Parts: sequence; structure tokens; C-alpha cells
Amino acid sequence: MASIRTTILLAIALLVACFGMAAHLGPEYLGWRGSRSRGDILNVVLGDSRRLFANQFFVKADEYYHSGYYPSMFDNRSAFQTAHIAADTGAVNSKNEGDEHGFLGPPRNWLDAFGRHFFPNRHTHLDEDSPDDLSGSEKVGEILPWLKLSADLDPDNVQTYTVTAYWLWSRMRNVAEANAVLHEGLRNCPRSYEILYEIGRLYQESYHDREGARNVWEQGVRYWLQLDPSITGGNRPIRELVADWITRPTNLAPAQSDDKLSMEQLSTHLAQLEENAGNLPRAIEWLEAAKKVSLTPEPLQDRINLLNSKLGQELNPLLKPLF
Amino acid sequence: MKNAIAVAGVVVKELYRRKDFYVLFIVTVLICLVMASVNIYDDAHIARYLKEISLLLIWISSLVIAITTTARQIPAERENRTLIPLLAKPLSRTELVAGKFLGCWLACGLTLLCFYVFFGALAASREHHWPLENYVQAALMHWCLLGIVVSMSLLGSLVFAAPSSNSTICAVVVTGILFVARHLDQVAVTRPEPFRTVAYIFYYALPHLEFYDLRDLIIHDWPPVEWKYVSLAGLYGAFYMAVFVIGACLVFRRKAVN
Repeated sequence: MASIRTTILLAIALLVACFGMAAHLGPEYLGWRGSRSRGDILNVVLGDSRRLFANQFFVKADEYYHSGYYPSMFDNRSAFQTAHIAADTGAVNSKNEGDEHGFLGPPRNWLDAFGRHFFPNRHTHLDEDSPDDLSGSEKVGEILPWLKLSADLDPDNVQTYTVTAYWLWSRMRNVAEANAVLHEGLRNCPRSYEILYEIGRLYQESYHDREGARNVWEQGVRYWLQLDPSITGGNRPIRELVADWITRPTNLAPAQSDDKLSMEQLSTHLAQLEENAGNLPRAIEWLEAAKKVSLTPEPLQDRINLLNSKLGQELNPLLKPLF
Repeated sequence: MKNAIAVAGVVVKELYRRKDFYVLFIVTVLICLVMASVNIYDDAHIARYLKEISLLLIWISSLVIAITTTARQIPAERENRTLIPLLAKPLSRTELVAGKFLGCWLACGLTLLCFYVFFGALAASREHHWPLENYVQAALMHWCLLGIVVSMSLLGSLVFAAPSSNSTICAVVVTGILFVARHLDQVAVTRPEPFRTVAYIFYYALPHLEFYDLRDLIIHDWPPVEWKYVSLAGLYGAFYMAVFVIGACLVFRRKAVN
């Protein structure tokens, strides 16, 4: 029978071995892609199926924006096909049509009429105390927990970041958090021109950083152009890329055709930026680019004509002595 | 009536001796506190998500307590062989059923009181106001719904073979009513006969438990419902409670006690 001393020594040896093994395996386990200690609880529990729930929570945020007055799967949803919180940002093509105020229709029977006293039965928006009054803007923060959850569940969905940032920045005046959300989005979706567009707006309007805005918008245009696999030239100056693209036939790549609005927004904002900086030829170039993808090119052409005439007036005093 | 109240007193005592309520209450409190500690973009005034989660947990907990407590009442008396001695006393079968119903309903009322006080405190900690009238309405309507569920479960405990099957069936039926009952008429319109008629019969015959769900109004700070509608909903609920309790009495009268 082993003595007490031997037993204690064996126990110490085992303890040392265990400690050594843990110290050796711990860092490797943390670095392993399948490690559950790295992911959040939702990732561990739901895996990739969490993306299925992300849209549900995005819709939930829209439901909160309407203070619970929202159509169920049995009601007429034609006025709610695009979430209003996304449509209001102006960065999404809204597919909504019909009456958003009266999707319930007239009461169908006495039970339905009676039941309508017990749930939200009037169309309102969280930030509007009345249709023209946005004094309730601080209440709009109530939509944010669901947007955050939606972003956590589906980190590759660009719209969640842009919508969250829009409400944080434009209505809640929380610029720092909006900036953080957009940069988190950019980390998860590095080639997203929509996020770059929003970052540019934030730089220009909140930080008054024109150079920063120009850089991210130009990068956004580059990514949008590169949706067309035939457009290469990663290191070429953006002006050359855009000039080439404008001279091409109007056929767009399918991915570009699906998202002309982003290019139009980026180009018009860049045009405005250049115009404000007094760089009219570049402003005209950007407006030409915007005109190529715009559904309403006439106003853009009017603006180009206006800038051309301005440019002519500026150049006339310089050219007169030559002739 | 005195006998029924005595039976009800025993049922209430049973509830606070069992662990079910404490476990569910503590779990609800813990989950709510964890959710409250989440930092949402540095905004400490965001409260509605917390109210929604809290009310959802309260609803689940209260339904679990109501259904499981009621479902085991009479089967447990039978299993423990205490039913015959109980009925040997000057206590009719109707009084026993009425007492069991009353006891379970009162017990649910007590649990709701605890839950809603916690909910009110939680909401007030964020919103810094306490819309007492809304909370009282929500709790009363919730209690009324639990009365219907308790009476339904009591009837089920005399019809179905085991408490487990009764609990499962009641839970499925209650959940189904809460989610679908309001829209059954819309479903009926789109269906051919005879499904249409069947759907309409269900629509008008089933108790519309969704009337008692004022969660959306509470979460989104809507003004309180007019009291006349709350009273009418109470009468509507009382009718269904009476139907189920009378049904239970009739079934129990014909049932062998051993």
C-alpha cells in the first residue's frame, strides 16, 4: 500500500500534468474556428439558422415604429411590403401601395368590432405626435433593440446597419453610435457601397469632413462599378473608371440594374460636394454618371445645363483676351 | 358555498407550498434583469423591448401555473384516495368542483399580483411613470382569461385520462385560440364548403381569449381601454367560465370516484 507521501506526490504530479495540458490546449481551442467560447449565445444555439429569424426581428422593429399597429399574416399587407423604417431612410425602393391607415378594413362582424377595442387600432408613427410633428423623436429609440438583434443574427445584411445608423443619427442625434454601427457593418460587409454612402453622409453632415466624405463615396462608386465583372482596374483613379463607364453602352450588369438608386445617390452627392467646392467640371462628370442610372434624368440634365452655363460664365473673362 | 370556499382555501395553500410558482417567478425575474442590463446604443430610456419580454414571460408562466395546477387537482385526489373521504363529508360533487375552480382561479390571481407588481416596478425603473389604470386593466383581463383557462382545464381533467395529456391539450388549444381565433372568419371566407361552415362555427363558439391580451396596449403606451368594454369582456369571460364549470359538474356527477 502506497504511503501518504507517495499519494500526495502523485496528486501533485497529476495536477501539474492537468495544468500543463490545459495551458497547452487552451489557446489552440480559442483559436479554433469551431470554438463555442468565441461566438455569442445566439450563434451557439441557432447556428446558421439564426439568419432566418433576423428578418422577423427587422419586421418587429417596424411594428414598434407603428406602436403595435401592424398587419398580421391574415391581413392586407400591401402597404407594408417594405418596412417603413427602411423606406423612410430614402435608401430603399419602397414597394408599398394601398392604405396603410386602414388595413383592417371595416369590422367584419360583431366579434371583430368588439375585439378591436383591445389592441392598437390606429395608424401612428413612433416619432410623430401628429403627422407634421416630429417632436417624439426620442421615442424612436424603441426600435433599436430589435435592429441590434437583427444585425447580430444576420451580420451580412447591409440594410440593418444603414437603417439603424439612419435612425440613430438623423432622429436621435447619436452620431458616435451611428458611426460605430456603420463601421461594424463595414467590417462585416467590406464591399458595401450602401454603408459607404451612409458613412459619407455622416462625415459630411455631422463632422463637416468633405475630404473624408469624398473618399468613402468614391470608394463606394468603385465598388458599385465593380459589380460588373467586366470592369476591372482596382488601382485606376476613380475619374478614369467613371469616364470609361459613362462612354460604355447603357447595358448594366444584373447586380447594377437591381441597385441603380445607390449609384444615383452616390453620384449626386459627389456632384453636390464638387459643386460646393467650386469644382464644376467634376460636378458635371458626376451628374452625367447619375443621369445614366436615374429613372428621372431630366432634372439632372437641367442641372448639368445650369452648371455648364455657370462654367461658361466663369471661363468667358479668361477666354476673351485670347480672341 | 361555505364548503366550496373551504376547498378553495386548501387549493390556494397547495399553490404556495409547491415550488412551481417560485421557480417560474425567479426565472422571470432573472431573465428580465439580464435583459435590462443589456446596453442598447447607450440609451437608458429604451423600455418597450423589456416590457414585451417581461409580459411574454409573465403570460407563459401564468398559463403554465393555471393549466398544470388545475389539471392535477381531481386526478390527484383520486390517486391519493382522498376523494372518497372528501365526498363522505357534507360536501357535494358540485361544491367540490366549484371549490377547485375557485381555488385555482384565486391562486392564479395571487401569482398575477406578484408578477404585475414586479412588472410595474421594472417598467417604472426605465420609464419613470406608472400608468396604474392600464396595469390594473391588463391584470384584470389577464385574470379573466386565466379563469376561462382554469375552467377549461378543470373540465379536461375529468374528460382526459391523465393530467399530462390534459395539460398538453389545454396548452395547445389555448395557444391556438390566442394566435388564430381572431382570424378564423378571414380563413373561412377563402375556403369551400363544408370547411367554411365549420370554421365559422369554431369562430363563434370558441372563447376569444385574444380579447384579454392587452399586452400591445401596455407595451406601446396606448391609453386605457374604456371600462365598459372591459366589463363586457368580463361578462363574456364569465359566460364561458360558467359553461365549462357546469360542464365539469355534469361530467363529475356521472363519474365513478374510485
